[in-house]
Amino acid sequence: MREITLTVNGQRHELTVEPRTLLVTALREELDYRGANVGCETGRCGACTVRQDGDAIKSCTRFAVQADGATIETVEGLADDDELAPIQEQFQENHGLQCGYCTPGMLMTADTFLRDADDPSREEIRDAIEGNLCRCTGYHNIVDAIEATADQLGETE
Amino acid sequence: MSDAEDVAESVFGSSVERREDVPLLKGEATYTDDIDLPEMTHLAIRRSDHAHARIVDVDTSDAEAMDDVVAVFTGQDVEDSGIPNAIPTAWDLPNLVQPKYRILALEKVRHEGDGVAAVVAESRHAARDAVDRIDVEYEELDHVTEPRDAVERDVPEVHEEATDNVGFDFELGDADAVDEAFADADHTASVDLRLPRIIPNAMEPRAAVADWDATTEEMRIWMTSQNPHLHRMLMAAATLGIPENKLQVIAPEVGGGFGSKIYHYPDEAVTGWASMQVERPVKWQATRSESYQTDCHGRDHDTTAEIAVDDDGTVRGLRVETYAGLGAHLSQFGSATPSYLYTTVLSGQYQIPAIHARVVGAFTNTTPVDAYRGAGRAEGIYVIERAMDVAARELDVDPVGLRKHNLVPSEDFPYESAAALVYDSGEYEHGMDTALDHVDYEALRERQAELREEGRYIGIGVASFVESAGLSPSEAAGNLGSQAGGWESAIVRFDSTGTVTLFVGTADQGQGHRTTYAQIAAEELGVSMDDIEVVEGDTDRIPQGMGTYGSRSASVGGGAVARGAREVREKARRIAAHQLEASVDDIEFSDGEFHVAGAPDRSMHIQGIAHQAYLGHDMPDDMDPGLEVTNFYDPENFTFPFGTHVAVVEVDPDTGEIDIQQYVGVDDCGEIINPMVVEGQVHGGIAQGIGAALFEGASYDEDGHLETRRMDEYAVPHSTQLPDFETDNTVTPSPHNPIGVKGVGESATIAGTPTLVAAVADALEPFDVDHLDIPITPETVWRATGGGE
Ligand code: FES
Ligand code: FES
Repeated sequence: MREITLTVNGQRHELTVEPRTLLVTALREELDYRGANVGCETGRCGACTVRQDGDAIKSCTRFAVQADGATIETVEGLADDDELAPIQEQFQENHGLQCGYCTPGMLMTADTFLRDADDPSREEIRDAIEGNLCRCTGYHNIVDAIEATADQLGETE
Repeated sequence: MSDAEDVAESVFGSSVERREDVPLLKGEATYTDDIDLPEMTHLAIRRSDHAHARIVDVDTSDAEAMDDVVAVFTGQDVEDSGIPNAIPTAWDLPNLVQPKYRILALEKVRHEGDGVAAVVAESRHAARDAVDRIDVEYEELDHVTEPRDAVERDVPEVHEEATDNVGFDFELGDADAVDEAFADADHTASVDLRLPRIIPNAMEPRAAVADWDATTEEMRIWMTSQNPHLHRMLMAAATLGIPENKLQVIAPEVGGGFGSKIYHYPDEAVTGWASMQVERPVKWQATRSESYQTDCHGRDHDTTAEIAVDDDGTVRGLRVETYAGLGAHLSQFGSATPSYLYTTVLSGQYQIPAIHARVVGAFTNTTPVDAYRGAGRAEGIYVIERAMDVAARELDVDPVGLRKHNLVPSEDFPYESAAALVYDSGEYEHGMDTALDHVDYEALRERQAELREEGRYIGIGVASFVESAGLSPSEAAGNLGSQAGGWESAIVRFDSTGTVTLFVGTADQGQGHRTTYAQIAAEELGVSMDDIEVVEGDTDRIPQGMGTYGSRSASVGGGAVARGAREVREKARRIAAHQLEASVDDIEFSDGEFHVAGAPDRSMHIQGIAHQAYLGHDMPDDMDPGLEVTNFYDPENFTFPFGTHVAVVEVDPDTGEIDIQQYVGVDDCGEIINPMVVEGQVHGGIAQGIGAALFEGASYDEDGHLETRRMDEYAVPHSTQLPDFETDNTVTPSPHNPIGVKGVGESATIAGTPTLVAAVADALEPFDVDHLDIPITPETVWRATGGGE
């Protein structure tokens, strides 16, 4: 067992984990951040995507001990209490989710992508979310939602 | 529609944002794996690593001795407990062989993935570790994975009772009439079609949490279910033997299904049974590999189709023979899907006077096969659409022209096909023209010819479909062998303060029922959507239900909601008449308000009447208090959504690359409750249709091991592999559905695959390619165009 520290959505947690505990498991089961979902545990689906020190990562692809000391942001941290973040609003408006299982990961990937992307093309958006699988939407509306968010952010800048 | 129609801005028919979304977007929704109970244990299942083997011995002692292991159980332990222990089929056929399907294997394993033993431990890690320490001694047997081989070759039998591995031998149609048509027709053409196995790939793997209360002998099971009432019934009657009135099944948020979460699998029964043994809550969560090995696969057809056609393009007959893989066990709709659901749509949108189909269902040492989005209808439409294209090549005519020549004309509805269905309504040519207009078909053909001159290969694929949706009238289904009803049930309840609660027996996995049902009730009752709650997915809250599959929720579930709401409204009208001292016939209804004809100021709002109904102080003489109705809606027929999809692709014969340049889907699903939701269903459906055409397909190696066992080995389409979609709708209401709805869940998956295959085959016409089996990979193209020769 190892003691580690994770700062999740601004809150510092100390926890004891087995060396083989995946980051996603620590977040979900030890700390009860159940937004990130597990679709494959092999780094293929992206449902477990969170932000670690600013980068979107698949939290099933690393052990919790490797994230010791890291700052983690999960889907639970996107909205400001009751106010949805722009990316969340646009997913709703553009019907970018159906069952919602891929959504937490998709949102974290998209939100991270939009921090650096300036007026991205649809193709660039498709490239950005390539590692996040969605079986329900066929991606079209997800691309719409991300495009609309980029427009919205562009206008307010 | 009803007299609520004059509501100024109709909720029914508008793109209302989904009320499901906010918790999902915030990561607050509860899926099964998010459930955590005090004292909960974790279960893992030891699965066979052989395709076919006799179990000689199962030694659990090492596993039992491990830290944190609570108990280890074998198939023998389950059998010895005396529970019924037999997963049944839901559809009988005249000569169907129904071998016993136990929740853990006894004596023999029949596919890689069959459960042999189960571990209950304090943690998921501990359970999974211990499973590996169970020592199973096998005596390996020969195996078979291909349906045609299973029947025709000298291979071992998967089940002793199924001679030559034949699970059923099914026929539909008139063989003599077909023989005559073929003898008479000017041309015949044939095509061999292999539809590989599709793994459904709901993003949420299956899971269950069981909580047995030994004191009250009550069981509560949360699970990834498309139909909790069906699961309750099957676990009560067929596997666990718990009285149905002591068993609660809850489907919390469910992360996609596409058919795979309809069925009663061994796993939830083992989880429930284990909870009864250890008297603690037990959670089982499948890994992705477990899902691939055990979620029912779709399709697996090996088909020969022959079509007879005259010089003028008139189709005279269709003859189909199919070997359909059933897998190692008969899943609930494993017999219905490749028999009735498949053969009855073989007429497609066309007038075909003579049809005959024979389907041999074959047991193989593989994952069970059952309904996957499009179930049976996708396979059937694929056959007729490929046959039409091959016939067009034979006649050297435009495939669209050939189709149009044979369409069922609008004035012929209801239309009785030679494949035993009565289509309710259709405007097939209108749908087809709408789709063709989107791509400017004539101009596109010219461009195609020009580009060919330059050595570039554009292909235009057009496929039309009709789907039998909304399973189904109970009596008709019963006559054909169904062991379940085809109705849906809804309770429409006004609360005493005027809010409304709908309890509906379907179960959502992303379709947005809580939004669309509220739209239906808002329309019927003239009440704001904000005052309407929708409850689904819990057998203790919703007394009865059939569930969500077969594109049935909007039409059958929505039909029950509408009928229930209308009945409630009529009761309210009588209360209004009584309290306004007018005759019932003089009471008019609009926008939630009942008023006396000609005296608009004498009125009562339906929400106020609800209050009166629960006060009960001033009711009509013969009327009980309360304002609540339970409706069981049993449709009089299937509904028949239809449409035409068009794909434009460019194929590079040198590399085999296929570039989808345009994809148009025109669907007619009858009346549309929420256009945004319909569009979403069509998008997702197209994605799965294209996936099957170009990327997906499970395969077994020569040892009978699933080769595509991980997400990096099975090609679920990702964002860069799919194009933007253009969608459009025509609206031909279903004449018999209470709200004119036909349903849309499966349509686009049915259309997508033949559309893409047609497009690629069309592009490769100069190479004399008239058909390519799916998935059409770059290598398939490269070989078909002479690469490697
Ligand atoms: S669960 Fe992490 S990528 Fe699938
Ligand atoms: S919304 Fe269901 S997997 Fe994306």
